[in-house]
Amino acid sequence: MTRIQLHVDGVRYDDDVEPRTLLVHHLRDRIGKVGTVVGCDTSNCGACTVLLDGVSVKSCSVLAAQADGKAVTTIEGLAGPGGQLHPVQRAFHERHALQCGFCTPGMIMASVSLLADNPDPSDAEIREGLEGNLCRCTGYQNIVRAVHDAAASLADGTGAAHPQVPAQAVPEQREVAV
Amino acid sequence: MTVTAQPPAAEVGAARRRKEDARLITGQTMWTENIVLPGMLHLAILRSPLGHARITHIDTAPALREPNVVAAFSGRDVADVQGSLPCAWPVTADLVMPAHPPLAVDEVCHTGEAVAAVVARDRASAVDALTAIEVDYEPLPVVLDMEEALADGAALVHSDQATNKAYTWVFDSAEAGTGAAVGEAAAGAEVVIRRRYRQQRLIPAFMEPRSVVADATGDQVTLWSATQIPHVLRFLLAVGTGTPEHRVRVVAPDVGGGFGGKLQVTPEEIITYLASKRAGRPVKYTETRSDSLLSAHHGRDMIQDVELSARRDGTVLGLSVRLTANMGAYLGLVGPGVPILGAFMYNAIYKFPAYRFECTGVFTNTTFTDAYRGAGRPEATYAIERVMDELAVEVGLDPLEVRRRNWIRHEEFPFTTVAGLTYDSGNYEAATDRAKQLLGYDELRREQETRRASGDPVQLGIGVSTYTEMCGLAPSRVLGSLRYGAGGWESASIRVLPTGKVEVVTGSSPHGQGHETAWSQIVADQLGVAFEDVEVLHGDTRTAYKGMDTYGSRSLAVGGFALVNACKKVIDKAKPVAAHLLECDVSDVEFTDGAFRVRGTPDGGRSLADCALAVFAAHDLPEGVEPTLDADDVYDPVNFSFPHGTHLCAVEVDTETGKVSIRAYVAVDDVGRVVNPMIVEGQVHGGVAQGVAQALFEEAVYDADGNLLTGTFVDYTPPSSADLPDIVSDRTETPAPDHPLGTKGVGEAGTIASTPAVVNAVVDALRPYGVDDVPMPCTPERVWQAIRNGGGRS
Repeated sequence: MTRIQLHVDGVRYDDDVEPRTLLVHHLRDRIGKVGTVVGCDTSNCGACTVLLDGVSVKSCSVLAAQADGKAVTTIEGLAGPGGQLHPVQRAFHERHALQCGFCTPGMIMASVSLLADNPDPSDAEIREGLEGNLCRCTGYQNIVRAVHDAAASLADGTGAAHPQVPAQAVPEQREVAV
Repeated sequence: MTVTAQPPAAEVGAARRRKEDARLITGQTMWTENIVLPGMLHLAILRSPLGHARITHIDTAPALREPNVVAAFSGRDVADVQGSLPCAWPVTADLVMPAHPPLAVDEVCHTGEAVAAVVARDRASAVDALTAIEVDYEPLPVVLDMEEALADGAALVHSDQATNKAYTWVFDSAEAGTGAAVGEAAAGAEVVIRRRYRQQRLIPAFMEPRSVVADATGDQVTLWSATQIPHVLRFLLAVGTGTPEHRVRVVAPDVGGGFGGKLQVTPEEIITYLASKRAGRPVKYTETRSDSLLSAHHGRDMIQDVELSARRDGTVLGLSVRLTANMGAYLGLVGPGVPILGAFMYNAIYKFPAYRFECTGVFTNTTFTDAYRGAGRPEATYAIERVMDELAVEVGLDPLEVRRRNWIRHEEFPFTTVAGLTYDSGNYEAATDRAKQLLGYDELRREQETRRASGDPVQLGIGVSTYTEMCGLAPSRVLGSLRYGAGGWESASIRVLPTGKVEVVTGSSPHGQGHETAWSQIVADQLGVAFEDVEVLHGDTRTAYKGMDTYGSRSLAVGGFALVNACKKVIDKAKPVAAHLLECDVSDVEFTDGAFRVRGTPDGGRSLADCALAVFAAHDLPEGVEPTLDADDVYDPVNFSFPHGTHLCAVEVDTETGKVSIRAYVAVDDVGRVVNPMIVEGQVHGGVAQGVAQALFEEAVYDADGNLLTGTFVDYTPPSSADLPDIVSDRTETPAPDHPLGTKGVGEAGTIASTPAVVNAVVDALRPYGVDDVPMPCTPERVWQAIRNGGGRS
């Protein structure tokens, strides 16, 4: 067993872990952060993506022991105090960028990291940037739209997704409290 | 509360953002794998490494000596209690149905078949202990190729069966009285097109791996499962294991995708249930992705021999289809019926005078096949849309023109087809015109000519798919006539709470479709309540005790019908209460613009909430008025619904490398009226993506020994964001005449339409190279080979 200390979504956790324990299993099974999910066993799907010291990693590809002393942000820690949604979360909701939602935690965290690296990505840069995150429901088109919207709202500091939906696709805009 | 004449805005038709999203974008979701119960143990499953073998020795006792292991058992230990996994669709009376034990007993018939289980304190210990189990296998011949399996003297997939043929099912329009005999029709034909197409084996590959938690410790057995079919599962778990049905509760919590892949009663569900009974503790099993790709049911895998006869002017005369369908090693829940769902769709939107369909189901030593998005209809649509293109080339017509000459004109609906179905409504002309316009079809044809003339190494191809499909599974009488084991109805319940909030219980079981949002929109309009005041409950047989679940684009087409009926019953029950409150005769009460009013008096109405509070108190209800507004409905459809559309795809094919790039994709779908256009567009996007994946990327491949070579996402290659294009989607709207909302269904449309559109485009690009087919998936290597084999530029 190895003693490790993680700060996960702002809370400190000290644990003894088996050296072979993956970060994702430690997050889910020990810390109870079950918002982060496992979708494959070959590090292809990206569903388990979290931020490690601010940079996106597939938490199935990191040993818990390797994360010792680092800060982890999961999908559960992304919203602001009081539950205010992160612009990427809001844009995913507004743009219908999720259906079953299983890939969504990883997809959102990867998008946050993508926008940190490239605040104004092109369509192609978004598609390349999210290549490591698989979605089976959406065909990715609305995810690309959502990342664009999130980029715009992060750039102007409004924190709100820009309604730029073509009239044909979405005839009426309405707010749903989330 | 007094309501005014101000009518509420219509919810149906609005692009409401989804209620479901709040939990999904914040990680607050209840996946089955997230469930932790007191004392819960973890299950690991040992799977066969061989495609076909006799188990000569198996001993799980050594696993019990490993740390943290509580129980271990093989098929022999549970042979008397595990039953056989159900096939609910024995399509013929003489269907061959091998026993399908959840844990193999004496023989394994495909790699990945479960042979033993370990239950331990934690997952890692359970997996570790699998290596301690002793199994000796005596290899048996592996049968993989369908035609070899059917040949005389073939080795047997199951050593206790006399044949590898599961069934032969025939439809003949002359025998059915729905058309002429194909042989006579073809005799007068000027053109006969014969083609063989291969529907490669696919894997549904839902993102959430299957997971099940069983708690069989008390009188009540509870099974949480990542399933599309909690109600069907409850019934079949009870019947299969002899557990009284009233003691079985099944819950489908948040379920991460299905696409037909979770339309199954699985070995893992039964094994986990047995493990919980044996251990006397709750038990959880969650598959790895590798387990999932190997052992969750596969889809497609058919050989299609198609013969189309026509006149020189392009008029079709007859269609004959001989289908060979790979069942895999066992018959899945609805596996034998999947090709039969397609049987009624090969004639598609065209007026064939004669049609014959014959399907032979074949066993092989592979994972069993079953429903995958579209289930029979994508295969049928692919074959007919590919062969219609061949006819167009043969008679020298544009592919859209040859279709136009044969399709059902919009004024001809309702139209009874040569397959005996009555198509409810449609307007193929309108959808096709719109698609041509959005793509710039004529301009692209001109560009294609230019590129062909100049010998451009990157050729342009335009692919066409004018599809229809059958949604709204299904009229129970039709299912009965096809020997399906259950009905096709759906249920809805409305509970009006004292404060006027509304609980809606649906028997359909969503796993990404957005029912909570769409059902709320419908109820809001029907009952005059706010969208936010409706809560949609589903997926728990304790709350939603009656249902037929979600598959086959049926939830809105059938469940939505029941929902509207139940709402109407609520209004009917509320009317005498409202009359009492309004101090008028019940015959003078009308429900308009979301409120009960005295006829001809727009102001001073009463809301449903007023009536709800009145029945809650029940102090002075009129004689004979039951103090509740709650209502249920179970609806059995009278017909299928028939969405349709035109998908056009433009591809660029690099003839030097074989690489295919989608340059433009237009989807114009007519799914009837829509409840939520945002959700409909999302279904089209995702459906098209899965159809494109079949056309260009995905194939499940076995080696000669029956090992799955595509057992991870590295090898199976579901497309990423970088592999797929943006598509343009639009709709025409021809209401379903038989449905109160005019809706038809959209879950599978994109998948059904897109595969032939893409492959037709690839082949169209390569016509000058003598190419008339590229087998799917059209990888660069296959395209390049097709160009080489095509004899070069013609």
